[in-house]
Amino acid sequence: MSAASTAEAPAYVAKTKAGRITDFVDERVGGSGILREFGRKVFPDHWSFMFGEVALYSFVILLLSGTFLTFFFDPSMAETHYDGSFTGLQNVEMSVAYSSSLDISFDVRGGLFMRQVHHWAALLFVASIAVHMLRVFFTGAFRKPRELNWVVGGVLLILAMAAGFTGYSLPDDLLSGNGLRIIDGVIKSIPVIGTYISFFLFGGEFPGTVIIGRLYMLHILLVPALILLMIVLHLFMVVVHKHTQYPGPGRNDGNVVGYPLGPVYAAKAGGFFFIVFGVIALMAAFFTINPIWNYGPYDPSPVSAGTQPDWYIGFVDGALRLMPGVIGDFHFEYVIFGYVLTLNVLLPALVPAGILFTVMFMYPWIERWITKDNREHHVLDRPRNAPTRTAIGMAGFTWYCVMWAAAGSDLIATHFNVSLNDVTYWLRALFFIGPVLAFIVTKRVALALQRKDREIALHGRETGRIVRLPHGEFIEVHAPLDEYKRYKLVGFESPAPLPAVPNEHGIVTRKEKRRAALSKLFFEDRVAPATPAELEAAHGHHGPHEAVEAADEQRSLTH
Amino acid sequence: MKALSQKRRHPLAAIALLLMGLLVTGGLYAVATTMNQAKASTTNFTEQDTEEGGKLFAANCATCHGMGAGGTQDGPSLVGVGAASVDFQVGTGRMPMQMNGPQAQEKPVQFNEEQTRQLAAYVASLGPGPSIPEAGLLDEKGNAAEGGELFRVNCAMCHNAAAAGGALTRGKYAPPLAGVSGQHIYEAMATGPQNMPVFNDANISPEGKRDIITYLKQIENNGSPGGADLGALGPVAEGLFVWIAGLGVIIAFTIWLTSRTS
Amino acid sequence: MGNHSDGSPNHSGTVATAGQNEVEKFQDPGLPPHRLRLADTDPRAAKRAERQVALLFGLSVVGTFIFLVAYFVIDLGEGSGATIADIRLQNALLGLGTAFAMLGIGTGIVHWAKALMPDHEVSEERHAVRYEEDRQAAVRIVDDIVEETGIKRRPLIRNTLLGAVALAPLPAIAIFGDLGPRPDKALAHTMWAPEDGKLKRLTRDPDGTPIKASDVTIGSAFHVIPEGLNELHEGKLNEKAKAVVLLMRLDPESLNPSPGREDWGYNGIVAYSKICTHVGCPVALYEQQTHHLLCPCHQSTFDLTKECKVIFGPASRPLPQLPIAVDDEGYLVATSDFNEPVGPSYWERDEHERSINS
Repeated sequence: MSAASTAEAPAYVAKTKAGRITDFVDERVGGSGILREFGRKVFPDHWSFMFGEVALYSFVILLLSGTFLTFFFDPSMAETHYDGSFTGLQNVEMSVAYSSSLDISFDVRGGLFMRQVHHWAALLFVASIAVHMLRVFFTGAFRKPRELNWVVGGVLLILAMAAGFTGYSLPDDLLSGNGLRIIDGVIKSIPVIGTYISFFLFGGEFPGTVIIGRLYMLHILLVPALILLMIVLHLFMVVVHKHTQYPGPGRNDGNVVGYPLGPVYAAKAGGFFFIVFGVIALMAAFFTINPIWNYGPYDPSPVSAGTQPDWYIGFVDGALRLMPGVIGDFHFEYVIFGYVLTLNVLLPALVPAGILFTVMFMYPWIERWITKDNREHHVLDRPRNAPTRTAIGMAGFTWYCVMWAAAGSDLIATHFNVSLNDVTYWLRALFFIGPVLAFIVTKRVALALQRKDREIALHGRETGRIVRLPHGEFIEVHAPLDEYKRYKLVGFESPAPLPAVPNEHGIVTRKEKRRAALSKLFFEDRVAPATPAELEAAHGHHGPHEAVEAADEQRSLTH
Repeated sequence: MKALSQKRRHPLAAIALLLMGLLVTGGLYAVATTMNQAKASTTNFTEQDTEEGGKLFAANCATCHGMGAGGTQDGPSLVGVGAASVDFQVGTGRMPMQMNGPQAQEKPVQFNEEQTRQLAAYVASLGPGPSIPEAGLLDEKGNAAEGGELFRVNCAMCHNAAAAGGALTRGKYAPPLAGVSGQHIYEAMATGPQNMPVFNDANISPEGKRDIITYLKQIENNGSPGGADLGALGPVAEGLFVWIAGLGVIIAFTIWLTSRTS
Repeated sequence: MGNHSDGSPNHSGTVATAGQNEVEKFQDPGLPPHRLRLADTDPRAAKRAERQVALLFGLSVVGTFIFLVAYFVIDLGEGSGATIADIRLQNALLGLGTAFAMLGIGTGIVHWAKALMPDHEVSEERHAVRYEEDRQAAVRIVDDIVEETGIKRRPLIRNTLLGAVALAPLPAIAIFGDLGPRPDKALAHTMWAPEDGKLKRLTRDPDGTPIKASDVTIGSAFHVIPEGLNELHEGKLNEKAKAVVLLMRLDPESLNPSPGREDWGYNGIVAYSKICTHVGCPVALYEQQTHHLLCPCHQSTFDLTKECKVIFGPASRPLPQLPIAVDDEGYLVATSDFNEPVGPSYWERDEHERSINS
């Protein structure tokens, strides 16, 4: 029957040539269906939703500029003598990799620009992923059903760091060579297999003659392929879930409010690619990045003051700097059963990064376990409305920043005229105190902001207008909110602590008790959203002049 | 007027301002790379120089270095440090020292060229030591590539590969070398001021020192081919820049992009 | 309950309002009314926006031309006589051209979308990620598939397949074993070991000329490589990575050699490995007055007057000392190799150290 109807239906014939070509393709790939599904898909609009796009576009720019660079780069570690147009290194002995990087910089037209675009885009790529993840964390966008996409995002962050690190070493200059040597030192500290891994990686002793070629292969093939795969997964899940949205009037977990893909959102997102490209081009035009000609070829003897990795590896380098090798008479490197355990390297290299990434990957499940919240969430939390989560995030961020700052301890010392040793002592203290302080302060600030929202929802905004009442009292006039603005301040959930409940055998397990304790920590201090009854009471209290506050409330508002 | 104030409130205005700021910063960096010529000098001191220098020394330096420059608790003996040492320390304003600290700071020069020469003559007369280099060694016409190699092996670990300076222990530091005259760089190598090791002629030959100065002056005069050098401080400065300026400009764009047009 | 001062700073911490479920919440008022833009009502404003968009696209064209002009007018490479300033200029113009070209298109499109395209916010229903009906259908399909393969009924097939799949990756692991040689005692030895009874001279880095003891004045620091390193053709950097040494001279009084190490220096001249015992950066920052050695990578500080004991930072072991003496011609020589492996620690290090000293 269906065959018959197909045969009977008048065949569509396009009128124009372009139309006929489009029709030809459509008949073979089913584009119409795709367009029908996605052509008007709605995307919410908010500036903080754009960081993922910044990362995606930086990656596209990395692929474009990187392809150009591969045409001229030679990853060989064979020895050569420089014979290019840069006089500062004339006839100096170096590897072919370094020499070809210099040629890209000085003898290939536009090569220096492409190198700088590539490196700036790489820094921006990782930075935008980091900011995107911070946004997702602080707004609670990782909650059901997006937990797996959060994990994919975390894997992308690690892959981006891997891509960056393998690329950083390729020019085989003095700075990156010393960076590689540090990595070699860290690898050697791994118990039992460390020496083997080092020999396998470098094809023998450091530095050997194979490492640049191997990193090059990882950098241009394996890591980008994995990143692409993860991006596909990530975007597929974004399509399945649809985008989250900020709370506000007209927005709830059952809908998505925004602009349709065609034309507005497609135009904005498409235009934004060119904007990101333009900004990176501006940076590459006017700001030097990785001046390899200053560093010279890699040679195991020299080193430059201020030897640091690119920013995203900085926190590991900082942790290495903070760790004391000896405390009193205790050496963190010791011999057990005739073998050497190098805790002064192993601990700082693995533990902070391990904790950060484990907690990051696990966090959606940790919070879900504590809150027993199995609902889907498509409306985001404003960070203040989840004070404990925000505080945990800030504690982690502060911890990261302390280690990050430690990677620049020498520059802090020279630029602020303080002692290098004092900087290290302070940062060691902050390593422990910083997260705790950040947690407390953030939580208090979030609660205070919630209280402010509550007051505004109930009493309106302060207008700054002072009025003297007939009986001589001075009061400030408050302007009431319209219902849309008010809903933004009151439309959130404020969960209460969930006490421990017995399981099916009537026993309260120890795990359940722990969960209840954490739930208490999470929600003990909370500010409930204002209710209509409260608003009514507030108005009733003040009689018909709802804009006028009574004196006792005044004190609590302005003190 | 009204049109202008409306435009100022326009979301594009913020971006335009940021872009302008970016361009101006870049321009300023480029202008800041100025040339610095080394001066020729003479090592021929007259007896009168020595005599005048002795008076100046007694009046200004003897408090710490002792009469006859024999040294006291507060300052080392200057017998045998040579004219180069005096010319460096006094010529860069490090001496006389303002106060005791981790190391003597560079500051405005306290004595004029004539007086510095007289002081150098006096100290040189106390015992043999490194003399002020001849002009031929400061002509910046050596081999920059070899100078660069020597610089990386002997100097870069403290002064940074691009001579931007670096930190030492407990508040001490190796200063940036941009803007330091070739003569002072030479004298610093020859005499090892403060905590800097001595690089005598057996360690780095006079020609090697000339190459190093050539290299330093070349990178200083050329500037960075890639644009502003962000202080030549390496990845930390680059990371800070991408987070603050790069992401800052991009956030400004995203805010404009998602804001409603009036 | 419902007291509006709940949540004011007068009440600390916990806020007790009635449970969420009991209290009526504010109703969602729905999307705010749509506000018209200037360009929606005023055709002149729309025309103006149109011209602005066209201008931005025009700027992009200008940018493309700037790029092309900068690319073809400024010539680089050998024989072109291009200076660093020329390269900087070209780089700036290429970047500026690209930036104009890209930003022109980008801001033009976005301005077009913002000012002229409809700006009504649309609400779209969300659909469940999974429907129960689909789940049941999927379970039935999977059950059928499993049943048709018969894998449950035929455990022999299942078990042999599992075994085969588990073993199949082994060759892949095996071939990774040839990425590099097995670590032997290479890490324990350096080029300083005397060859055929001939002691190696200490030579200057990078030119390889020998150093006389008299060259090393007090306060000096020499960067040293072993004699013959520059003549190596293979593995030069590998040897250099282990053998580099810093040679310093200080007042013999301030050195405090431990028993058995008194003759490892010569008249206050001592030589220490430059490779940090932390993770291997060259420790080369010598402070000639404090006699401290500082590593610029992680700030480990070693005290030369205490046989390079760690006094600050993440390193845990002193820098290895190279025993030196003076030969007949007055040149400095190493009397033996280092008495321990140099550089960062590794699992077998202690074993290697014992074998060196036995």
